[in-house]
This record gives sequence, structure tokens and C-alpha cells, in this order.
Amino acid sequence: MSDPSAAAPTAPGQTPDSGRERSASLWADARRELVHNPVFVISTLMVLLIMSVAAFPTLFTNADPTFCQLAQAYEPPSDAHVFGTTVQGCDMYAHVIYGARPSIIIAVFVTAATTAIGVLTGLFAGYYGGFTDTIISRVTDVFLGLPFLLGAVVFLALLPDQNIWTVGIVLVALSWTSFTRITRGSVIAVKSQDYVEAARALGASSPSIIRRHILPNSLAPIIVLATLNLGLFVSAEATLTFLGVGLQIPDISWGITVSEGQLIAVGGGLPHLLIFPCAAVILTVMSFILMGDALRDALDPKGR
Amino acid sequence: MGRYTARRLLQFIPVLFGTLFLLHYLQTLSIQFGGDPIASLFGDRQPPEATLNAISRVFGLDDPCLDQRGNPCLGMFVDRLANYARGDFGIDFNRQPITDLIFRALPITLRLTLIAVAFECVLGIVAGVLAAIGKDRFIDNFVRISTVFIISVPLFVLGVLIQIGAGLYLKPWLEGLGAPEWFTAAFSILYQSEHPWASLVVPGMVLGALSLGFIARLTRTSLIEILRADYVRTARAKGLPGSRVVGVHALRNALIPVITYIGIDIGALMGGALVTEGIFNIPGVGGLVFGAVQRKETPVVIAVVTLLTLVFLVTSLLVDLLYAVLDPRIRYE
Repeated sequence: MSDPSAAAPTAPGQTPDSGRERSASLWADARRELVHNPVFVISTLMVLLIMSVAAFPTLFTNADPTFCQLAQAYEPPSDAHVFGTTVQGCDMYAHVIYGARPSIIIAVFVTAATTAIGVLTGLFAGYYGGFTDTIISRVTDVFLGLPFLLGAVVFLALLPDQNIWTVGIVLVALSWTSFTRITRGSVIAVKSQDYVEAARALGASSPSIIRRHILPNSLAPIIVLATLNLGLFVSAEATLTFLGVGLQIPDISWGITVSEGQLIAVGGGLPHLLIFPCAAVILTVMSFILMGDALRDALDPKGR
Repeated sequence: MGRYTARRLLQFIPVLFGTLFLLHYLQTLSIQFGGDPIASLFGDRQPPEATLNAISRVFGLDDPCLDQRGNPCLGMFVDRLANYARGDFGIDFNRQPITDLIFRALPITLRLTLIAVAFECVLGIVAGVLAAIGKDRFIDNFVRISTVFIISVPLFVLGVLIQIGAGLYLKPWLEGLGAPEWFTAAFSILYQSEHPWASLVVPGMVLGALSLGFIARLTRTSLIEILRADYVRTARAKGLPGSRVVGVHALRNALIPVITYIGIDIGALMGGALVTEGIFNIPGVGGLVFGAVQRKETPVVIAVVTLLTLVFLVTSLLVDLLYAVLDPRIRYE
């Protein structure tokens, strides 16, 4: 291990495992496994790259994505436009670069909000059990009864104008339940452990048991789900935008680029209209999913 | 079994009404905060107030509670439930009953779903079994990597890429080889009503692709686990051929979670049908919603989504009951 400064979060009392073969902490073990996993390293680098594209698009292109000339519409790739031009005659490369931002903003916002709501409700349901659990579990059942994409389409179609926030709020409303379920499950598993009993016997209060013992020990599946969901929300945003209920035309989004290019690309034999924005979506979603998969393999002790 | 069925049915009723209410409440919230969908239909050229009110009344969107933010509009919900119970799902902008539109579109969507489910089951189970038998060998790594890839590609991206691949390159090439028309119809970019099955093959495969990845992974994990079981070892020890041990003894139990997954998958397939039918211009139920969204025909969107939600809930219930028949352990929990 080359980085002794990043101590494992759940083991503040332990010394970092610089020279030792075995470590008691799940996080230290996972960290050692992850830095040696090429899939995790590559996908993390990809995620960092995509995040920086979303944060600082001007670092990656000088072209203005809103500068469009219809006379130059759907030109194939050339020296002036490396990825060609879009249906509206804008630079395709600039559109691919600037399209990252709305997707990433929505994915991060929705993941943060669903994690917060889901972890809170899951903690209450799992820790207090009984009536609280019954109510929360029935409410999640009701939300899970609604097919995700159909639900999102019907609510967004009813709103007269859509933007990043309406798409984000609808996605949050329909997807927080997966976090509730997974948190509830792992809280119930942790709650019956001996160390929780011991803490209670020593007189610890419920909030401090939750903060010191329950939450850190049920964190692993939540982190995995959050990483996977970042990818799924990028995909969901692009899909809703493609269907016409997500972001709308003055905005720049991969879903819009694909949907306006779709028929012209096939009819006119211009595959570049689809290949570049599609590749951007695929790379982004795949980076998050590969990262989440590697995290799951590392954090699941049963898999070892 | 009787007790389990009864308990499951009793749980079903609150979930059914709860989901329908949720659907209703989120819609009223959208209208209360977003504004009248009928008025936004006309854009800048607003018709007189009386016309707007008349249109709203026809589509059941004239309730005054829709102007009060946060009001759950319970009276409207009860009216809607009563209409649904009578089989009345409202009319579209051409005054056609929406149930008629759905019944006309349904056979096409059923054909598409059938192709998708057949494709994902056959290929997914075969890939999963091969990966489980050859665990950690080339075939296993190949299946694992390709399923991650399939799962990562959003359905609409896969759809448009397959559409250009098939329509732009594969079909002209096949025609150049002199392939018969019924065969090349399978690779056309849009649905053709004169080839009701052939032109649904490629869209059906696109629709099944996502679940194909999940089914392959699920079959692999569950078969690997079961191949370690004592009864599989016994079967091998008494000298049964490997194909019989895997094919009959192990696979029968390994497929139980896969069958449940296919049932749960119905919801994803319905959402996927919306995307696939939109891309390939297929006049099925998903195409109906897709078109209605483009034309902002909200009454159609609401009615079809409500109906599909009902279908989804009933299928989930049936799958749960089937699960108990297939796996006796579940009944005694």
C-alpha cells in the first residue's frame, strides 16, 4: 500500500495497514483489492474524466456549442469539425462535450437526494421495526408498483415545461425506494449483532448506536447502489430526453442530439449523427456501472 | 399454500389502491404546480375561456380542486376508480374510446414482447449455463464482460444503433446477395404491417437485450451455487452423465429465480416497449404512449399508463403465487 494517509473510515483507532499482510477492517481490505483491480482503476479514471468534462467543458473544446449554421448541417467529420456537425449545423464535438453537464448534474442530484431519503427511511424502518416498519414498507411497495419509465413519462408529460430540476424531482420521487429497501435490510442484519447489544448494555442511546455502529456497518451496500445508480440515472435522463419529456431544445443534452439525428442518420446515410452522442452515453453509463461492480466485489466479504 | 395465497391476496388490495392513488396524486400535483395541460396544448393562440372549460370537462380535468396546490382531489380519485371499474378509460382528442385504441394496439405489443421474452430466455439461459459450467474459463469471462456491456447500453441507444446498422448496412448487403423479401423485412428500419412478425424480430431483440444480460448473470450465479449442493454431488456419484446432472437436476432448481425475474421484468419490458416502439415506429401500446407524448395528448398518456400499471400489478401477483408453487420453501416463511 502506497498511501498510508487515507485511513479506512470505520477503523480510526487502527494504524494503517502499510506493512501487514492481513487487516481486520473491511474497508482496508477492499481498498487493497481495488487499487490492484484494473477494471476499477480504469473506470474510476473515466469517471473522473467525465466529471471534469462536466465541470469545465471549456478545457476540452474552444468551439461554442450554440454557434450553429444551418448551411453546414450534418456534415460528416472533417478537419474543421472532428466529429462532423449536428442536424442544426452545430459542432458535434462541442455538443458531446457540453452534453455531459446536464446528465451529470441530474445524476449527482438524484443520487444524493435518493440516498438521503432512502437511508433515513430505511434506518427508521430497520431500527425501530414494528409499526414504523410496516408503514414505510407498505409505502415502498406502493411506489414499486409503478413501472419506472412509464411513471416518469406520465408525470413529465403533464408538466408544461421541463428542465433539469423537473426531471430530477420526478426521478427522485420514483427511485428512492430502492435505497430504503437496501438500507432496511442491512440495518436489520447489523442490529442483531453482539456489538450492538453490548453498546446498548453499556447504556448507549439509540441515536449514538445508530451513528457509531449501525450506519458505518451498513454503509457498504449503500455505496455500491449509489455508484450503480449514478450510471442508471445518466441513462434515465438521456432516455426521457430522447422520448421528448426531458430537457428541451435550447438545452444541450445527448438525448436531444440522438433524437434529432435519429431519422436523418438512417434515411440519409449519416451514421456520425448518432455514433458520437451514443458513444458518449455508453462510455459514461458503463464507467459508473463497472466502478459499482468492482466496488461490490471488493466490499462483499462473501464473494472473497 | 392456501394461507400463503390468502395472505398475498390481502396484501395485494392496499398496494393496488395505493399505487393507483399515487399515480393519481402525482398527476394532480403535476397539474396543480405545472398549470392546466389543456391550456398549454394551445400554446400562444389561446381559445376563449368557455372552449377551454368545455374541453377540460370532456377529459375530466375540470375539477376545481386542481387549482388548489397540494389538495389530493379524493373526489376525483373516487370518480376515476368508478369509471375504471366500468371499463371506461376516457376518450382521445378524436373522440375515440381509449380502450378501443389499446385493444387495436395490443396484439402488436404482445407479438413484440413474445419475441423479446423468447430471445432473452433462450440466449440468456444458454449463456448463463455455459458460463457456470466453464466458471473462470474463457467462456465465463466472455459472458461476464459482454453482459456488463449489454446492461450499460441504454435501450434507446441500442435501438438507434441497431437501426442504422441493420437499415443502412445489413439490409442493402442482404438484398445484394438476393435474399428473399420476407427475410430482409426483418432488418427494415421501420415496422411494416405486411410483415407483422418479420419486421418485429429486430425490435424484439433490442427490447429483450437488457434483460438478456440480467438473465445470463442470474442463471450463472444460481447454477454455480446449486452445482455445489449435496444432491448434485449424489447425482454425479451414482454415475449419471454430466449433461443429465446439469440439465435436469441442477437447472430445474437454478431456474426458479430466473422465472421470477422474468415476471418482475414485465414492468421494464413495458417501459422498454415505449422506447422500442417509438424508435421503430411500431403502432403498439408503447407507440400509442410515445405518439400521445409527442402530441401532448395527456388523457391518452394517463389512461394507458394506468392500464399498464394494473397489468403490471396483476402480473407481479401471479408471479409471486407461481413462485410459491415452484419453491415450497417460500410458503413456510
